[in-house]
Amino acid sequence: MRKKTRLLLGAGALLLVAAACAPNATQSSLDPQGPYARKSYDLFIPVFWVAVTIFVLVEGALLLIAIKYRHRKGRDKIPPQIHGNTRLEIAWTILPALILAGVAVPTVTTIFDLARKPAGEVMNVHVLGHQWWWEFDYPGQQIITANEMHIPTGIPIYVTLCSVGSGYQQGIGAPSDCQPGPPDGQPPAAVGNAVIHSFWVPELAGTQDVVPGRANTLLLQADHPGTYTGQCKEFCGLSHAYMKFTVVSQTPDDFAAWVRGQQADAAAPTTGSLAATGMNEFVNGACIACHAIQGVEDPNGNALVQDGGPNLTHFASRSCFAGCMMPTNEENLKKWLEDPPAVKAGSWMPDYGLTPQQIDALAAYLLTLT
Amino acid sequence: MASVSVRAGGGGGRGLLARPTATDGFWSWFTTVDHKKIGILYGITSFAFFIVGGSEALLIRLQLARPDQNILKPSVYNEIFTMHGITMVFLVVMPLSAAFINYLVPLMIGARDVAFPRLNAFSYWVFLAGGLFIYSSWFLGGAPNGGWFGYAPNSVVDPSRGMTFYAIGLIITGIASTVSAVNLAVTILNLRAPGMTLFRMPVFVWMSLVVQLLLAFSLPIITVGLVELLFDRRFGTHFFDPAAGGDPVLWQHLFWLFGHPEVYILVLPAMGIVSEILPVFSRKPLFGYQFVVFSGIAIGFIGFGVWAHHMFAVGLGPVANTAFGISTMIIGVPTGVKIFNWLGTMWKGDIRFTTPMLFAVGFVAMFVIGGLSGVTHAVVPSDYQQTDTYYIVAHFHYVLFGGAIFGLFGGMYYWWPKVFGRMLNEKVGKLHFWMMLIGFNLTFGPMHILGLQGMPRRIQSYPASLGLDFWNLVSSIGAFTIALSVLIFIVNAVSSFRKPKGMEADPWDARTLEWSTSSPPPEYNFEEVPVVYSLDELWRRKYAETEGGRVVPVVAGGSGTQEHLTESAGHGGGHGIHLPGPSYFPVLASIGFPVLGYGIIFSWPLAVAGVVVLLAGLYGWALEPSAE
Repeated sequence: MRKKTRLLLGAGALLLVAAACAPNATQSSLDPQGPYARKSYDLFIPVFWVAVTIFVLVEGALLLIAIKYRHRKGRDKIPPQIHGNTRLEIAWTILPALILAGVAVPTVTTIFDLARKPAGEVMNVHVLGHQWWWEFDYPGQQIITANEMHIPTGIPIYVTLCSVGSGYQQGIGAPSDCQPGPPDGQPPAAVGNAVIHSFWVPELAGTQDVVPGRANTLLLQADHPGTYTGQCKEFCGLSHAYMKFTVVSQTPDDFAAWVRGQQADAAAPTTGSLAATGMNEFVNGACIACHAIQGVEDPNGNALVQDGGPNLTHFASRSCFAGCMMPTNEENLKKWLEDPPAVKAGSWMPDYGLTPQQIDALAAYLLTLT
Repeated sequence: MASVSVRAGGGGGRGLLARPTATDGFWSWFTTVDHKKIGILYGITSFAFFIVGGSEALLIRLQLARPDQNILKPSVYNEIFTMHGITMVFLVVMPLSAAFINYLVPLMIGARDVAFPRLNAFSYWVFLAGGLFIYSSWFLGGAPNGGWFGYAPNSVVDPSRGMTFYAIGLIITGIASTVSAVNLAVTILNLRAPGMTLFRMPVFVWMSLVVQLLLAFSLPIITVGLVELLFDRRFGTHFFDPAAGGDPVLWQHLFWLFGHPEVYILVLPAMGIVSEILPVFSRKPLFGYQFVVFSGIAIGFIGFGVWAHHMFAVGLGPVANTAFGISTMIIGVPTGVKIFNWLGTMWKGDIRFTTPMLFAVGFVAMFVIGGLSGVTHAVVPSDYQQTDTYYIVAHFHYVLFGGAIFGLFGGMYYWWPKVFGRMLNEKVGKLHFWMMLIGFNLTFGPMHILGLQGMPRRIQSYPASLGLDFWNLVSSIGAFTIALSVLIFIVNAVSSFRKPKGMEADPWDARTLEWSTSSPPPEYNFEEVPVVYSLDELWRRKYAETEGGRVVPVVAGGSGTQEHLTESAGHGGGHGIHLPGPSYFPVLASIGFPVLGYGIIFSWPLAVAGVVVLLAGLYGWALEPSAE
């Protein structure tokens, strides 16, 4: 029996050592990188230790009682039939209530604290949840991007969350009322359903659900320049696991430079290059039914209108695509263009049966869109 | 002992069908109205579903054992995790608790059966019909895939038939539970033996009563939600569609206003079981009986006021979040009271660590962890991070597995000799316990860490870059350890039937009335209806306190209290014991529900056929006398 116990303890210790060797988690709520994430963290840690203390006391008492009052061979005396003790009952009703009251006070103040829009300068971003990718719309900067969200360090980002689908027509500066469905009464296009998502970058803020018909808000902020990953937390259908995004926090200067880059029209490919062929395929093919590229015109000379798919104006500037399922590179892009639903279950972008030549050209073109 | 004449069945020819006569043998199980047989049917069925739901859990853990795996593609993964949840909640823990409640409550209160025996059979068959109906979806166009919580609009817009099966199937099992809730509540309130006042009822009976009331008040709410979901899916209504003036959050309110009391529906029976086991093996009465009972009632009552703690991230606003955060903290108080009283029960006892006792103590130890992590959710801003992560998965498995399942296994080991007249092997049982305890903690302990480190729930896969692989692997190894321990239990259960029947009435030296009758009990439970003089009536009959305060066994034929051993309320008035006869109609009527369900999905004439079968069953039932 002793040997067994020792073996068990040894195995436990090994497990802990192995755990220490495990790589660090990169999307951890235990590693807050901004004031709003820290508020949740600073509340969790003391409560955690209170819980640990209670855990040790209760489980310790249980163990002690189990050992001390275990049946011993030869004992046939029946223990006294104790039915209870009212004073003890009152004590162990009031004591936990007091501890919980102690926990409740900072909880309530933090709830209201997090719900308040800060008085000073904030930057507004509309975050639009699609099946299954995120779109970021900066009304103040007049830019729209997807999958990769850029923010400046040092100021609160006031995020308005909208769930979109079914033909919601975005222009730059989308409406903030989050009403899904076409604003002009046109029949919706088949580009995903407006369902509930949940926006979560654990290192920068807690979760906020993205509910159709509601405009929820969330504050997030990063202390330092860096890259943080996030993903949808509320089950939203087939590819819920692949609805991720990246937040890049930059110094205000770097951020301003990024904004200028994003505001610019798409770069025109060199005449006669493979990319130029790709651009031709793009505007004459099915791509423009959903995607827009700023500065590019359709065969009739009209500006492209984005309808359901991500805006691709600066596609190659983003580190990842398809709901950040994959890093942006030629190999992944070609795999995607060949058969999107095979790469991402349920993808609303169908397999268009593109030829290898078309895929090569389109990939070459899209990768010039920095 | 007095010979007892039992009148049951009789083969009369009135009504739609000739009355079934068999009271044993294979076919008797289809027509039985005996609460003990129905309890066993509930037990076997829910254990079978436990194997299925457990296998689904193993598939989930297989898929998540390593990063970037694609053993189950997303569409299948979503069906598997949805069915795992539906199965474990509605087809395992609820009916397994129902098995115990059905079997034990009449025995514990000194009754011959439940108040409405045919209705009891009907509940079982409707439950089985509902369970099979939901599972038939795998072959008829896809299983439910929108989570057991079925959040709209995702559950409405999904193109497969799965969520329609979900809505109809859960309405059917809900009918079973509602019927059974009324039946058992009436039984507990009206059929107690003489002298069995409410505060002489065993705690298990109390918890059963609270659960029946919770069911009766919470099931209508989910039924409303499910009907709206069904109408949105099948008839194009827009209850949850914001574009047409509906509200997806309405579903969440309806679901969790049922769903949170449901948590207590799942765990209170196990708490009752533990409250029976701990005193017996500590050889002491339950510490603070009234406080345990009142805290159970309080939990049931407050349980209706905490539902929005599932919705802190929905955007209900700081006032609502504050209110529900505080109510959630409040519910921790009566839960703590229970735990302290269980410790008090063991304190100064003479503790025998039999297998049921190990499971009961395991329950207390694991439930403490689930309760404490629950308090961290009540800290709303901290829940903003934890909600919808594996931290939540860890929390509720500590409550529902470490709690409910451990308690229910303890109950199986404890009452097995009563039900089957044979003991489960103690050595094998202890191996089962330790393996399950270790496997359980390996599986769900690491999920706390995974959740805090950023692993959301319901994801089919996770990339290696998140650094989550180590604990996921540990968790998967733990899951297979649990599976092995369940296998050990099955071997133990099956081999117990090799032993000869012939168990004494009271092998554990227990305290409550079910142990005063033979093992297994006769069809009529008690030859004579017992008269009850105190809480722990059986103990009172066996032991007395001397003037010095020592507890000593009552000597047969010696002490003045001996007369109580034979006290009874008579032999049924001198004309034998009346028991209800078996009947075809409960099972016949229950078949109508799934047929109606298929009809709603596939073809209207089939739906009409379902209604006809249902009405025929009820009509025949109404015409049939309860006994010939």
